Amino acid sequence: MAEYKPIRKVVSGNYAAAYAAKHARVQVVAAYPITPQTSIIEKIAEFIANGEADIQYVPVESEHSAMAACIGASAAGARAFTATSAQGLALMHEMLHWASGARLPVVMVDVNRAMAPPWSVWDDQTDSLAQRDTGWMQFYAENNQEVYDGVLMAFKIAETVNLPAMVVESAFILSHTYDVVEMIPQELVDEFLPPRKPLYDLADFSQPFSVGALGGPNDYYEFRYKIAKAMEDAVKVIKDVGKEFGERFGRDYSEMIEKGYVDDADFVFMGMGSLMGTVKEAVDLLRKEGYKVGYAKVRWFRPFPKEELREIAESVKGIAVLDRNYSFGQEGILFNESKGVLYNTDARPIIKNYIVGLGGRDFTVGDVRAIAENMKKVIEAGKLDREVEWYHLKR
Amino acid sequence: MEIPENVRKRLSIPAEEHFFAGHTACQGCGASLGIRYVLKAYGRKTIFVIPACCSTIIAGPWPYTALDANLFHTAFETTGAVISGIEAALKARGIKVKGDDGVMVVGWAGDGGTADIGLQALSGFLERGHDAVYIMYDNEAYMNTGIQRSSSTPYGAWTTNTPGGKRHFLEKRHKKKVIDIVIAHEVPYAATASVAFPEDFIRKLKKARKVEGPAFIQLFAPCPTGWRSPTDKSIELARLAVQTAYFPLFEYENGKYKINMPSPKKEPKPIEEYLKLQGRFKYMTKEDIEYLQSWVLREWEKLKKLAEVFG
Repeated sequence: MAEYKPIRKVVSGNYAAAYAAKHARVQVVAAYPITPQTSIIEKIAEFIANGEADIQYVPVESEHSAMAACIGASAAGARAFTATSAQGLALMHEMLHWASGARLPVVMVDVNRAMAPPWSVWDDQTDSLAQRDTGWMQFYAENNQEVYDGVLMAFKIAETVNLPAMVVESAFILSHTYDVVEMIPQELVDEFLPPRKPLYDLADFSQPFSVGALGGPNDYYEFRYKIAKAMEDAVKVIKDVGKEFGERFGRDYSEMIEKGYVDDADFVFMGMGSLMGTVKEAVDLLRKEGYKVGYAKVRWFRPFPKEELREIAESVKGIAVLDRNYSFGQEGILFNESKGVLYNTDARPIIKNYIVGLGGRDFTVGDVRAIAENMKKVIEAGKLDREVEWYHLKR
Repeated sequence: MEIPENVRKRLSIPAEEHFFAGHTACQGCGASLGIRYVLKAYGRKTIFVIPACCSTIIAGPWPYTALDANLFHTAFETTGAVISGIEAALKARGIKVKGDDGVMVVGWAGDGGTADIGLQALSGFLERGHDAVYIMYDNEAYMNTGIQRSSSTPYGAWTTNTPGGKRHFLEKRHKKKVIDIVIAHEVPYAATASVAFPEDFIRKLKKARKVEGPAFIQLFAPCPTGWRSPTDKSIELARLAVQTAYFPLFEYENGKYKINMPSPKKEPKPIEEYLKLQGRFKYMTKEDIEYLQSWVLREWEKLKKLAEVFG
């Protein structure tokens, strides 16, 4: 194995995604432009135009067709990639089911953007979380480095378990913000991510076969179970690939929940994506001020890191779940999932939901401090003041 | 029945079969004949893409397939996009497509999946110029869903959501001219074909194989179940549709039009001969038939003019 010397580049989150796709040697990219995803595909098109990447680029007429074309490409044995945001992801929804049902390891970057109306192009996780039940794995990146690393790992994991994977980054906060990203030399990426070996290949004519035919009540059920099993198996694959990534390139992703100060914390902040960068900064400060707080950054939302969450719950008095998303008629989606995971355990810390930053509303270190104050009172009182709090609401 | 050697030599239809017995089409199904001819023309190195339609069922439920070729079942509106992706993947992998010995990527969709919900993906496939063949088998309604109108349903036709009744029938629109929409994309090759003229159809399939870029064939495929016609009349109906110039066979090749059948010199048969064999037109009055006749002849004159000027 060649020695790893990272190539440092100052890039936007979107360019990090584009470089990762190139380094993953994707063979087919089908995409439709939508803000703030566009610069991912523009950069890939630039690679092709400059002869830096050998990719079949299909500039489709809609996101629905983008996913359909990726599905066709993947079924025909190619490594397929696309990217989208919000309304575009919603338009793809039907085909997201098709990708997982046909067991195709398509990888997609979703640039988290709020759903309209009102029109918004800013950060919000509701678009990707609304795809929760499509059979896609979901990785939430905190920063541009994690976008790059996430895409490379997503391909390896997806192609191992034969399920599609989504790498999620925040609109503008990451997509258009420049930061140093340590990239991996191509030959080392190639060692980490060898060419794809498809589960089936439409270009193999040795024996005729069909994919996706009618499955009656006698068969359909088992097909679903196999997807459920693959998603379950993905937990180990994710941890193994994350560990391997750490051993090869120094950035360890073996934990599906990245933890900080958890062991002696009274309570932790839990959340996903770029807002956890703010939380980590705030927690460092709060610790210096004597607050016994920690953080738990959920990297993988699907499969859901149940065991790791239960372990955290055993050692803390409270969990403040920060949701940059909302499921109408219920509560924040990460909160909802987390409560469900903890119900059948003895560990029952107080768990409170803070809805923050919807539609790109700023979420600052000061906000984390205010939430910490509130959470502290809740824990001292030993009961919730309210279960869900819309933190920024103008009253 | 064994075809005598001297007869077989005269036929241009390949003898080998790549469509297995035991498929689940209705009796007299035009679409199933269509699949059979496509596979005869292209052989087993073919990737079929079939969206939600009768052919999904005809091919058979899991784990069966009636096609001696690889088949990807896809969502209703995606045929054009999926064949685009497959073609791109084959090219990315350095696998030869089309030509004499390349892999054939075939989109096989009904009129609903083409003229209606799949029109956008079809348009994208055509304008981007992918090396694949798109075949719309036209039985003029959503047959698999229970005979509802599509935009390819003709004037006067009964369907379950455009029924005929005591007062009149609901279908007042003419059939959408999908082939004209296709030609507007300046494709290298587009043609109409009919299951009643298999030699012509196979010749067109072989031509489609040779062109560079997208090819489109609109195949007229009777549906006795939906047309309320006797199951042994499908070929006769498909033939009459051509002979009455209701569905003339023609080719569009790099800007040039060529009428195959009926001959431009021949007077078309009256449309009534075609209509009277089908229960779906029984609500039409004499005036309705005259109105449809005038439309058919007007369109026929238009086509003849195109062939004359751009022949």
